Amino acid sequence: MDLAELHATAERERARRKAIRVLCCTSSGCQASRSLELFHQLEAAVTATGQDEAVEVASVGCMGFCGQGPMVRVEPADLLFERVRPEQAAEIIAALAGEPCSVERGDPNHPFFARQVHVVRRNGGFIDPERIEEYIAAGGYEALYRVLHDFTPAEVIQEITRSGLRGRGGAGYPTGLKWATVAKSPGERKFVVCNGDEGDPGAFMDRSILESDPHLVLEGMAIAAYAVGAHEGYIFVRGEYPLAIQRLTRAINQARKLGLLGSQIFETAFDFKVEIRVGAGAFVCGEETALIASIEGRRSQPRPRPPYPAEKGLWGFPTLINNVETFANIAPIIEHGADWYASIGTEKSTGTKVFALTGKVRNTGLIEVPMGMTLREIVEDLGGGSPDGTPVKAVQTGGPSGGCIPARLFDTPVDYESLAAAGSIMGSGGMVVMDAHTSMVQIAQFYMAFCMDESCGKCVPCRVGTVQMYRLLSKVVAGAATPADLEQLEQLCRLVRETSLCGLGQSAPNPVLSTLRYFREEYEALLREEAAAGANGTP
Amino acid sequence: MSNRAPANPAPAADNRQKLLEATMRRYQYRPDALIEVLHKAQELYGHLSPQLLASIARNLHLPPSRVYGVATFYHFFSLKPQGEHTCTVCLGTACYVKGAMEILTTLETEAGLKAGHTSPDGRLSLLTARCLGACGIAPVVVLDGVVIGHADAETLRARLHALLEETPVAS
Amino acid sequence: MAARTLTIDGRLVSARAGESILEAARDAGIHIPTLCYLEGLSEMGACRLCLVEVTGSNRLLPACLTPVSEGMEVHTATERLREHRRAIVELLFAERNHVCAVCVASGNCELQNLAIRVGMTHVRYDYLNPVCAVDISHPQFGIDHNRCVLCARCVRACDEVEGVHTWDIAGRGVNARVITDLGVPWGEAESCTSCGKCLLACPTGAIFRRGTSVAELERDPKRIALIVASRQERW
Repeated sequence: MDLAELHATAERERARRKAIRVLCCTSSGCQASRSLELFHQLEAAVTATGQDEAVEVASVGCMGFCGQGPMVRVEPADLLFERVRPEQAAEIIAALAGEPCSVERGDPNHPFFARQVHVVRRNGGFIDPERIEEYIAAGGYEALYRVLHDFTPAEVIQEITRSGLRGRGGAGYPTGLKWATVAKSPGERKFVVCNGDEGDPGAFMDRSILESDPHLVLEGMAIAAYAVGAHEGYIFVRGEYPLAIQRLTRAINQARKLGLLGSQIFETAFDFKVEIRVGAGAFVCGEETALIASIEGRRSQPRPRPPYPAEKGLWGFPTLINNVETFANIAPIIEHGADWYASIGTEKSTGTKVFALTGKVRNTGLIEVPMGMTLREIVEDLGGGSPDGTPVKAVQTGGPSGGCIPARLFDTPVDYESLAAAGSIMGSGGMVVMDAHTSMVQIAQFYMAFCMDESCGKCVPCRVGTVQMYRLLSKVVAGAATPADLEQLEQLCRLVRETSLCGLGQSAPNPVLSTLRYFREEYEALLREEAAAGANGTP
Repeated sequence: MSNRAPANPAPAADNRQKLLEATMRRYQYRPDALIEVLHKAQELYGHLSPQLLASIARNLHLPPSRVYGVATFYHFFSLKPQGEHTCTVCLGTACYVKGAMEILTTLETEAGLKAGHTSPDGRLSLLTARCLGACGIAPVVVLDGVVIGHADAETLRARLHALLEETPVAS
Repeated sequence: MAARTLTIDGRLVSARAGESILEAARDAGIHIPTLCYLEGLSEMGACRLCLVEVTGSNRLLPACLTPVSEGMEVHTATERLREHRRAIVELLFAERNHVCAVCVASGNCELQNLAIRVGMTHVRYDYLNPVCAVDISHPQFGIDHNRCVLCARCVRACDEVEGVHTWDIAGRGVNARVITDLGVPWGEAESCTSCGKCLLACPTGAIFRRGTSVAELERDPKRIALIVASRQERW
């Protein structure tokens, strides 16, 4: 494969396309609402009405508005249909010929769509993720070609550094700096690992990216491998995501066949092979050193850092670990340049971030917005606010490692520093909206139950401390706790945060600390010696 | 534990062993492929019996205790046979906020079973998941592999009831 | 090998490059409490008792795994550290069923010594009272899971010194247990050579020689280091 062949492949794909494309989302969310059946019904309806010449039905990835799925989009007319039932397929196809149609129509100019900026989700819902030709026709693998022919590894790292991209897995470590460390670490072998163990409950950004545009992630990994001098890579995907695994497997095979992965990529001396590793159900795998242990076939237990994986990772070799969304940003940055990327978002948090907006909000689904957008804009404009008029009370970001931000702080811009200052974290992008019916003490208890179940058991503070905190929270919920119990809870929060071995333990107290900080009155109302003040509403 | 009879009596033309062999060969019997091999074994046999674990340990040249340690660490692996039907309630945050606990309690009552357990007659395993990543359609329940979004307790109770009323498949 | 000079609790200490803070402190006669650390075995940094404060780092660092560096300023016994250590020991006592009065290791137990050293007067936390088995299927040894602290010293001694790996840890979190082979009773674990190194390594009365009664356990964990050192000598 060379550039001419790449362009020829893209040209062939464009020529193959029919005048009208009916795009049907077949991602996990919509599949659960029978979108596969819908897809087949749409195909059948096209044939039945004799429109095979002009109309094609394509299975595409996530369009984002998962709460309204299954979604169908018609190109080039830009018609959007929501909550489509398989029985309605014929009606949609008939509508193409101008027949009236009663299927629920979506509005492509709805703020949910209009306020988004698509960088990593640019192909989501437009291409068939199971056909590499569609990715290539959308300009795919050109960035890899350019990197291999026009960039030195140092120049690639410089470009990523200048873009200001920070790790999208949670902590926001500068990506360019991480790459530079791995590039400089001596090692006979080096590895690139893609962390697709999206463990935060309430987060499904990475699943969607892998299901909707797997090649974007593979291309990003290949560019990273070239930059740091690695020839082997692993993608670690949660076992809970069978469709993502299936599509990724297919994508790797297709790329290998075309010479875009494997030996002598684009007929250069650069080799890069990728293997998939399927997670077996352990939240702690999201921690870098635990992830490494899991890829090595061991119990997923973290080890103290330093040494960091960038110096000593898989089997002791320098290893670059970035998450799915981070890798998905790479090809667009190379394509459009670091300056373009840095112009999106804020000064310290550049680019976009994908969030999974869920919970007590009208519009649920995946959104990609520029960094710096406020929580209010996200919850009220894109999310449409409360579904039933119950006041929204808080937003939880960062999952079990994050915190709850109260409605009065909704003008907080979403960037790494502002969220941290508000007592939460960016996290991987879960955003769960809570309303006045949600008890914040119970939310804290819910997260502590999660951390307790997911504690690997290696270090004492996390293993036993989370159990003790859970018991104290249960005591509060049951109305049996005293002020002394609350004090002990806070003492345990400090202990577990300061002494746990890994990030999971260190951040396990965050949901408790943030709810204590903003919703202390809800705790106090439940204490035994206090006169019960009743459930508290919005602050 | 060690003297329990294999739960899946091997039929005469059992090619599961062959398929498992093929997987181990594909990974060149490398010890680091342990988790991948366990995935395959569980997929083929439904659960990981001591005999199966012992054979995997031998083939991958791993101490039995390490294989056991790994198999018991991860949620996906089950050392006991699963029920004929499985019902998994997602307890991710989005599902929780939208009433997943109420669904779980209803199903527990309907099945007369605590989450995480299999009924004594082996008809049903009632399980929970920490997040299935389908939060856009929360709350989510998976009944025999079929994902049900926007689930509500009453409909599910009826579906589970209907499922358990069916004549059991001859085992 | 190059030397490094650092201060530990205000005292100037000289150490070899690559040495850990713990080793440097012990050579200088400064005591840092440990539990999962055992000389002769690899370090795992799990018990968190040896955490120290290092000027310039906002995180607490495990002394067993942190290499010394030139000019490093280490504090091993600040108020915060003392409070955390006491809490960690209390958490351990609350986790399983540690009853010194009926324990073979009483008087020769690292957990008991730690409790005294950190000044534990009572346990603030709920006792979890788990149901734990006692396994005496092995002809010479027994294991009482009520007394296990999951330090994995037996696992490491068996794997790294004896080279067998009969022991491992099964399950996770507070439900984790040390096991032999495929979780079988110890006496049925075919890989076990009955060498007794796990007994030497165990800090509490969890692993004991059968027939030992209350406070009768004799055992010297230092022998693990001796075995390792003499093995190197031989070659």
